[in-house]
Amino acid sequence: MRDNTGIRLLKDRVFKSIIIIFSFAVIIPLGLILFGIVKNGISAINWDLFTKLPTPPGEAGGGILNSIVGSLILILIAVLLSVPFGIMLGIFLSENKGRFADVLGILVNTLQGVPSIVIGIVAYLWVVKPLGGFSALSGGIALGIMMLPIVIKSTEETLKLIPFSLKEAALGLGASYVRTMFKVVLPAGFSGILSGILLGIARIAGETAPLLFTAFGNPYLNLNIFKPVDSLPLVIFNYSMSPYDDWHRIAWGASFVLVVMVLVLNIIARLRIWRNMS
Amino acid sequence: MEKYVLKVIDLSAGYSGNWVVKNVSMDVPHNKAIAIMGPSGCGKSTFIRCINRMHEVVPGASVKGKILLEGEDIFEMHPVKLRRRVGMVFQRPNPFPTMNIYDNVLAGYILNGIKLKKEEKDRIVEQSLKNAFLWDEVKASLYKKGTFLSGGQQQRLCIARSLAMNPNILLLDEPTSALDPKAQAMIEELITELKKTVTIILVTHNRAQAARVSDYTAFMFLGEIIEFDDTAKMFTAPKDKRTEEYLTGKFG
Repeated sequence: MRDNTGIRLLKDRVFKSIIIIFSFAVIIPLGLILFGIVKNGISAINWDLFTKLPTPPGEAGGGILNSIVGSLILILIAVLLSVPFGIMLGIFLSENKGRFADVLGILVNTLQGVPSIVIGIVAYLWVVKPLGGFSALSGGIALGIMMLPIVIKSTEETLKLIPFSLKEAALGLGASYVRTMFKVVLPAGFSGILSGILLGIARIAGETAPLLFTAFGNPYLNLNIFKPVDSLPLVIFNYSMSPYDDWHRIAWGASFVLVVMVLVLNIIARLRIWRNMS
Repeated sequence: MEKYVLKVIDLSAGYSGNWVVKNVSMDVPHNKAIAIMGPSGCGKSTFIRCINRMHEVVPGASVKGKILLEGEDIFEMHPVKLRRRVGMVFQRPNPFPTMNIYDNVLAGYILNGIKLKKEEKDRIVEQSLKNAFLWDEVKASLYKKGTFLSGGQQQRLCIARSLAMNPNILLLDEPTSALDPKAQAMIEELITELKKTVTIILVTHNRAQAARVSDYTAFMFLGEIIEFDDTAKMFTAPKDKRTEEYLTGKFG
């Protein structure tokens, strides 16, 4: 019998090297993006960027306070809308089997796949037109719809992992179904659901398309949800298309702020998920 | 006062038209320990889960017959009210992971939205934990999470949680099968003490345990109660041949 252990070991080593090379190849684009944003963006980061409003082109300085505040307002509206509905639907899907629940599950998956620009158009038709103008509210609703499936899915998946014995214990003590769900099952899944919400926020924070014809953008600071607001992705979009170097610099700075925010949210959420699993 | 705390009359129960418990009748006297033993799958768990109507929680469950708790038909009572009078401890200890030991004992009150004064809470927690032989071990760490306790301690915490509601009956569904022998011995000792004040219905497939802790024993086989008698009598002189075969280890 021929001994081909040497060849086999060689094959093993080649295969392992290929896996490692491909893995690194995947990381390269991410690394380049991060490097570009940090390199160009870090020089734009200063106190003014966070505290000042934009200046007209040609005038040095200025900041993106309006965009940061606008983004926070949009995210807040989206969270207020998507979290209650999302958690309720998530509870329903985790608690019920049958055709209705299956259909709902498919609809949620479909919603997750709807392009963001289409959701923007829907928000335009439903909210912007009836209200007669662009507004933070319409933008928040568009982002809320985008965030909804993420909250539903994470709630459903988390609650499915809660052992049935806990529910049994609560029911066995004479707790009603509603109290069992809200005082025992949901708190036990709190961490997982919160992670889902954080990932959802990270997902919508960078959305531009649905905001183009809902929140619209606004060079002034605005706290009224019935008036247009700016957002970080919108300022990046508008300023990077402009011919002014100052504005390009600010667009890089805004990109940096946005990427750091999304990264931090993702890391917090992932850490929570890992801690839950261990 | 009724002579029997619980009367089961011609009870059948099952899932999706498949009867697991068949025409069971049983009279349970006050403050005694009743053991229900039998081979796996004979319907003993399903039977006791009918007594606090936890059986109905499972989709597709069906039940017919009557159960009277101190003369009252339990199927006419609201399950929520019934379950406060009939406590249950499950096979695997299941303290609430989000609550500390103190709140775990009071969980029945907290989950039902019953407000208590601080002194009252303290009294109930101390009394329930003492009754469950757990007070000395946890009195210094009442505000720690219940899930940090050992398996046997967690099970005693679950018993304390049920006792806190002052039930008429305590249902124990194989409470020691997930525990080590030492923790098991402790629970058995606890059962002998508890039956002075509360009626205990214990499901077990451990014959020796039934003999050690119970006053009466029911032997269930294929969904029927074959024999229900004084424990000492049944273990020394079983009337039915199947009981004898089970007790001598010929099956199950």
